[in-house]
Amino acid sequence: MTAPLLRVDRLSKRFGGFVALDDVNLDVAEGERLGLIGPNGSGKSTLVNCICGTLHNEAGTVTFAGEGINGMGAHERTRRGLARSFQLPRPFTSMSVADNIRVPLLYTVNARRGAKHLSHGELQDRCMELLTLVSLGDKAAKDPRDLTQVEMRKLELARAMATEPKLLIADEAMAGLSHSEVEDIVALLINLNGRGITIIMIEHIMRAVMSFSQRLVVLVSGKKIADGMPETVIENPEVVGAYLGT
Amino acid sequence: MDFSLLANAIIAGLLLGGFYAAVTAGISISFGMLDIVNIAHPAFIIVGSYIAYIVNATFGIDPILASIIVLPAFYALGAAVYQVYYLAFEKRGQEALRGLAFFFGVLFVTEVVLLLVFGVDYRSVNAVYIGPSLHLGSVELPLRLLVPFLFAAAMFAALQIFLSRTFIGRAVMAVSQDPLALRLMAVNPTRIKRIAFGISIATASLAGAFLIIIQPVIPSVGRDYIGRVFAICVLGGLGSLPGTVIAALLLGVLESLTSTYYGPSWAPAVSFGILLLTLAVRPSGLLGR
Amino acid sequence: MRTPIFILVQAVIGLALYGLFIFYGNDYWFYAGYTVLQFVVLATAWNILGGYCGYVNFGSAGFFAIGAYSTVFLYTVGQQIDDVVPESLQGVMHLIFPLSLPTMIVIGGICAGLVGLGTGYLTLRLRGVFFAIATLALAVVLETLVVNWEFVGGSRGAYVIPPSKIPIFGAYIHFLFALMIVLAIVALACARLIERSRLGYGFATIRDDELAAEACGVPTLRLKLTATVLSGALMGMAGAPFPYYIGYVEPSSAFNLSYAVNSIAMPMIGGTTSWVGPLIGAILLGTLQQLATVTISSVANLLIVGLLLIGFVIVAPNGIVGLWQDWFGKKSVKSRRSET
Repeated sequence: MTAPLLRVDRLSKRFGGFVALDDVNLDVAEGERLGLIGPNGSGKSTLVNCICGTLHNEAGTVTFAGEGINGMGAHERTRRGLARSFQLPRPFTSMSVADNIRVPLLYTVNARRGAKHLSHGELQDRCMELLTLVSLGDKAAKDPRDLTQVEMRKLELARAMATEPKLLIADEAMAGLSHSEVEDIVALLINLNGRGITIIMIEHIMRAVMSFSQRLVVLVSGKKIADGMPETVIENPEVVGAYLGT
Repeated sequence: MDFSLLANAIIAGLLLGGFYAAVTAGISISFGMLDIVNIAHPAFIIVGSYIAYIVNATFGIDPILASIIVLPAFYALGAAVYQVYYLAFEKRGQEALRGLAFFFGVLFVTEVVLLLVFGVDYRSVNAVYIGPSLHLGSVELPLRLLVPFLFAAAMFAALQIFLSRTFIGRAVMAVSQDPLALRLMAVNPTRIKRIAFGISIATASLAGAFLIIIQPVIPSVGRDYIGRVFAICVLGGLGSLPGTVIAALLLGVLESLTSTYYGPSWAPAVSFGILLLTLAVRPSGLLGR
Repeated sequence: MRTPIFILVQAVIGLALYGLFIFYGNDYWFYAGYTVLQFVVLATAWNILGGYCGYVNFGSAGFFAIGAYSTVFLYTVGQQIDDVVPESLQGVMHLIFPLSLPTMIVIGGICAGLVGLGTGYLTLRLRGVFFAIATLALAVVLETLVVNWEFVGGSRGAYVIPPSKIPIFGAYIHFLFALMIVLAIVALACARLIERSRLGYGFATIRDDELAAEACGVPTLRLKLTATVLSGALMGMAGAPFPYYIGYVEPSSAFNLSYAVNSIAMPMIGGTTSWVGPLIGAILLGTLQQLATVTISSVANLLIVGLLLIGFVIVAPNGIVGLWQDWFGKKSVKSRRSET
């Protein structure tokens, strides 16, 4: 059996006396489409933050592409191919939409040792390519604050995609979007997966998660309580109980 | 080892520390709980000192009493300053750079105005307890340190009771942790912050009186206290009043010992040195959250 | 325009300025001009860390004084070689010393840069606010150390006696003025180069959102350290000629609060998003202060600076450059960046 792309082993994280994550184990295979769900406050974002290096976990290890990345800074993890989008979009407001895409190209793609560096012209092209992919091509010169909600989320995803990741974690990328907008994003993510990018989707919108995921993981109060095929998991009484409160 | 020299240095340090705690109380609220980096706080304290001086020199009223009388004015000033800060910076999300620059400007302008009005002569106040000391064996307790210490303790007790027992006080503690929850309780976080900042500046009035009792004052004295105040705040742990008290006493004693054994010219470095050390080693402080 | 051309243009302007002062001005112009140019360097240096990265440095006076006191130290060693250096090294030392001022400027810059590195390493992992407070602390610690260091004069101060005449330039102040022009060009060219480079993008992301920057692969700590070292080094270089300019250096003049205030006020009033802002701020405020010192008083001029700082920060947060862009609808910095 091939080694998983991402292995989270016995991960724990506390904030003072509050246990946010308790001994979480998770394997993600290369090319997989994983869904991660759980009630609010269950620790999903904390898990993402620990995996990506924004937070430091007290216990447990994270292994990515065979390499232990515990203790590595967030930017190091991004350069190794681990990308994430933020729940609340965080664009760089002092630069244009296109420049927001330029940053990860400059600092991730062009910073990887041994990889081909993009020239100035190639950077321009790649920027427009990515923006067009998320239908923001005509907004390249705009101020990110002038974008609509869904456009900002697309920019957020495009920025993560610009880092040429092996694994992309989409953290509630569809919150507050309309039916068709949700479908747009799901289609985009499936497209990316088709290109070989492993994707973890964290979502509350069950319709999206069910149609997207090949495997479903459920987190409740910092503990993983289910991990398996989506149809099976949602019928798990514990999972039902967590959502309906029995 | 001269025991009485050591004992006196420690006692003086503790009494001084109590005063430092009073000086820091305001920052503990504004920085520790409201996340507002009011580096101009020492300037407000110096203003308090000069007001105490004027009232004392003109009417002969006790400085601490004078500071209590003007307390409401300081509160109002604090509320007004917060309002400006909120509208200009917090609302726009630009506190980091511009808020800091704003308070720095206030600090500076206050000092310069005081300089223009009062000049560079040292000012002090007259009160019955400035001069005499209590003697306990070989240990001397200067009353000019003891009286502010006692009043500072009273002020702290009052603050602690306010923060833990009253609704508004608890709202102040909550506003830094969860402003959304406050809103859900139909409490306006901005109003709470304004009240808290007002209280923070009000403490400066008292602290100013304590200051001018303990030492003569010139406008630049404020800057000596920036380091002490933030060192205490960080060492004690942001937002923790008990932490502030402990850190203040610690700093007072360390400064006093340094001054006694190495000379007073090294004293300023003590607080800043502690600050840098704490930031490097344990930024959350002794009792920080 | 490309950087070498920019430097050439600046050099021509500097030369013209120098020429103007020589033929039409008097020595006072040189003394005043030196001060204004010094502020150009300080303001530009401050802005690299403050405006570009968003990290406020309250301790500019400290870095400035490191430069000044490293010069005092080297000068004093040069004067007292036989007293302070062991016999075996005296021969070598007599060959090296006295050091030329340009050399001392470089050394001053290195010293200040190292201190910036140390301070940054200790505090840049924390929130920007703690860094700002630490810089305040740094300035005071440094001043206390200097006050207690007898070799460089301590609180009594030290005398540094420049030669009265120097080849080519004539009066020594002319030489100092020319040196400061060079430093100003270096600082401005640095700032401009950063703005247009990858580093400039990195700094901007730190200012906008450090967490997102990290997620995009920006090594924020490394960049912040770079900015701190660069900024500190430039400030140290600005301070290095100061003893020669003033003749008598004591801690209260080298660590003067006006350096801290001006190096913050000038960029914030001029505009923090581009290299033009600190330049405008320094020239305007510097000249204003020279006039005020002469006509009103030196204390009043500080008051004016403080009030202007508060006013601009509240009303015109993007400074004069920002106002200009709003009024004349010029292309914003944002789109200009997209072209490069």
